Amino acid sequence: MSIIEIKNLKRDFVVGSETVHALRGITFSIEPGEFVSIMGTSGSGKSTLLNILGCLDTPTEGSYTIDGVDVSALSRNELADIRNHKIGFVFQSYNLLPRTSVLENVELPLMYNKHFSSRQRRERAMEVIQRVGLETRIQHTSAQLSGGQQQRVAIARALVGDPVIVLADEATGNLDTRTSYEIMALFQELHSQGTTIAFVTHEPDIATFTSRTIKLRDGHITEDFPVATASAQAALDALPASEDY
Amino acid sequence: MNFANLLKIALRAIMRNKTRALLTMLGIIIGISAVITMLSLGEGVKSGMTSEFASMGTNSIMVMPARQHRGGVDMGNSTSKSLDEKDLAELEKSCPHVASFSPSVSAPAQMVFGSRNHSGSVQGCSPAYLTINNYSLERGLMFTEQDVQTYAKVCVIGKTIVEELFPDGTNPVGQTIRFGKIPMKVIGVLKEKGQGSFGNDADDIALAPYTTVQKRFLGIKYFTMLEASAVSQAASEDAATEISRSLRKTHGIDNPENDDFDVMTMDEMLTSMDSVMSMLTLLLTAIASISLIVGGIGIMNIMYVTVTERTREIGLRMSIGARQRDIMLQFLFESVVLSLIGGLIGILFGILFSWAIVALISSSGEMPITFILSYKAIFASFVVCVAVGVFFGWYPAKKAANLDPIQALRYE
Repeated sequence: MSIIEIKNLKRDFVVGSETVHALRGITFSIEPGEFVSIMGTSGSGKSTLLNILGCLDTPTEGSYTIDGVDVSALSRNELADIRNHKIGFVFQSYNLLPRTSVLENVELPLMYNKHFSSRQRRERAMEVIQRVGLETRIQHTSAQLSGGQQQRVAIARALVGDPVIVLADEATGNLDTRTSYEIMALFQELHSQGTTIAFVTHEPDIATFTSRTIKLRDGHITEDFPVATASAQAALDALPASEDY
Repeated sequence: MNFANLLKIALRAIMRNKTRALLTMLGIIIGISAVITMLSLGEGVKSGMTSEFASMGTNSIMVMPARQHRGGVDMGNSTSKSLDEKDLAELEKSCPHVASFSPSVSAPAQMVFGSRNHSGSVQGCSPAYLTINNYSLERGLMFTEQDVQTYAKVCVIGKTIVEELFPDGTNPVGQTIRFGKIPMKVIGVLKEKGQGSFGNDADDIALAPYTTVQKRFLGIKYFTMLEASAVSQAASEDAATEISRSLRKTHGIDNPENDDFDVMTMDEMLTSMDSVMSMLTLLLTAIASISLIVGGIGIMNIMYVTVTERTREIGLRMSIGARQRDIMLQFLFESVVLSLIGGLIGILFGILFSWAIVALISSSGEMPITFILSYKAIFASFVVCVAVGVFFGWYPAKKAANLDPIQALRYE
C-alpha cells in the first residue's frame, strides 16, 4: 500500500477578487521507504502541496490518502491526530521552542499523544536524540546550539512519534554548504533505516541526495523520475577543509 | 495534555518574564487584598461590637422617644419629649418581667475640684443604672431612691474623672466637685470598665440622680431615654411587650403604628447593628471588587499580547498535532494561574493589612474591633480568581486556538 496517494489534487485560493490556482490537478504516489524530493521555483505550488501533504491544508478537489486514510472527510481534530501520529515535520527555520531544552523540544509531539506515559515519552525521546547524535546536549536550549544542531533536534522531534512519513520543507535552506551536507547525510542514514521522506527544495545539488525527484511548475507536475542517489557523506568529505582563524 | 503538564507550561511561561507577570497581577493583588481587608474589618467590627454589647448586660432594654424608622442603632439625641414621670409610674406598676428601670438624661458639665478641671457630662439616672449597664462600685455607695426623691446633689464618678481631678490619690468620696455652678458631693467611685460599646471611654462618667439633673441642670421634666433590665434574657421579649403596652396606655395610643417611642431589646439592637454592618461591609467590598475587574482586563490585555508573541509557537504546536482544545487550555491555564498567584499574594496582603488596621484601631480605642480570619472569604477569593482568569482569558485563548497553522507558521 502506498504511504501517500494523490489523485487529481487541486487547490485554489481566493485572494480578493481573484482566484489563484496553486495546484491544477496533480497525481502521484509515494511508496514506503522512498526518499522523494519535490522541486520547483516559487509559485510552482510546492509549498501548497507540502501543506496539503502535512494535513495543514485541505484540497479544493481531488483526493489525498495517507497510510490508507482519506483525509477529505476528516474533521479539524482528526487532522490534528493524523499530524501527531503519522507525520513528522522539519521546517526551514527549525521552529524549536525557545528557552526550552533539547529533550523537551523532542518530547513535544508526544505531549499531545495520550498513549505515551511520561516515562515512555522520555525513553522514546532519548532514543531518537541518540539517532541524530545529540545525546550529549539534551539539556541545552536552542540558543546554545548551532544551526545544524538545531535542525537535528527538529529531525529528532519529527521522528519521535514514529511517523509514516517525514516532510521536510527546505530543511537545509538556512544552513551553510557543509552543514547542509551533514544534514543530508543524516537524512540518508534515516532513509537507509527505512524512513520514508518527502523533501521540498529548490536546490538541485540537494536533490541529488534523494532517490526520486518530482518537479512542479505552475501547479502541474512536469517531471517525475528516479535519481541516481549521490552520497551526501562523500560530498561532505570532498569539501575543502574549513579554514581556521 | 494532562493537568500537570499544562500547569508546568503555564508556570514556565509566566516565570519567563517575571516583571511583566507581576505588573499584570497587580490589579488582582490590589483587588483581592482590598476585598479581604474589607470583609475582615467588617467581621471584626461586628465581632468587637457584639462582645461589647454583651458586656453591657444581655437583659438590657432601651426605650427611646420617637420611632426610628431606619434599621440603624441610632442612639443620638432625640428632640421629642414624650417620656416622663407619668410613664415611669405606670411602667413600674405594670411590667412584671422588668427588674428595674433607669430614666436617662444628661447634661454637659465642666467639673472643677480645686485647681483641676475636667470637661465632660453628668449622666442622670436611677440606682438601677449600675445593674442595667454592668457597673459596680469600687468604693463608697450608689445614691438611693430617696436621693432621687429629694433631688439630692450627690454623684458617683468613674476612674477617668478620679484621675483627672484627684491625681494625687486623695480619696474622692466625701469631697465636693463643682459641676458648673452646682456643687455635688461624691459618694462613690465606680470600678474601672475600660471601653464602652461605642468606643467611648466608659470610665469618663459621672452619675447623679436623674431628678437632680432634670431640675438643677436642664430644667426639664422629660427623659431623653429610658433604660430597663429584664428579669432574665429570656424574659426580654415579654418585658419589651409590657413596656410598649404600658406606654401606649399612658400616651393614649390605640394603633401600634402610631407609637411615638421605640423599645429595643438587646437582641434587637444586636440584630440591627449586625445588619447595618453587613450592609456597610457589602458596599465596601463591592467597591473593592471594581479593582478585580480592572485586574481582569489587565490579564486579558497581556494574554492577547502573549498570544500574538507566540503565534509561531502556536503554529508549530498545531503542526505537530495540538488540537484547538489543547491550545485553548494552554492559554486558559496561563491566565488562571496568573490570576491565582495574584490572588494568593492579595490574600496574604489582605490578611496583613487587616491585622495592622485592627491593631491600630484597637490601640487608639476608637472602636471595638477584633481580628477575624475568615476562611470563607479566602475560599471565595480563590473561586473568584479562577473565575476572573477563565472569564478574562477566554477570548485571547480562543483567538489562539482559532489561528490558521499555515499563517501562524509564517508569522514574523
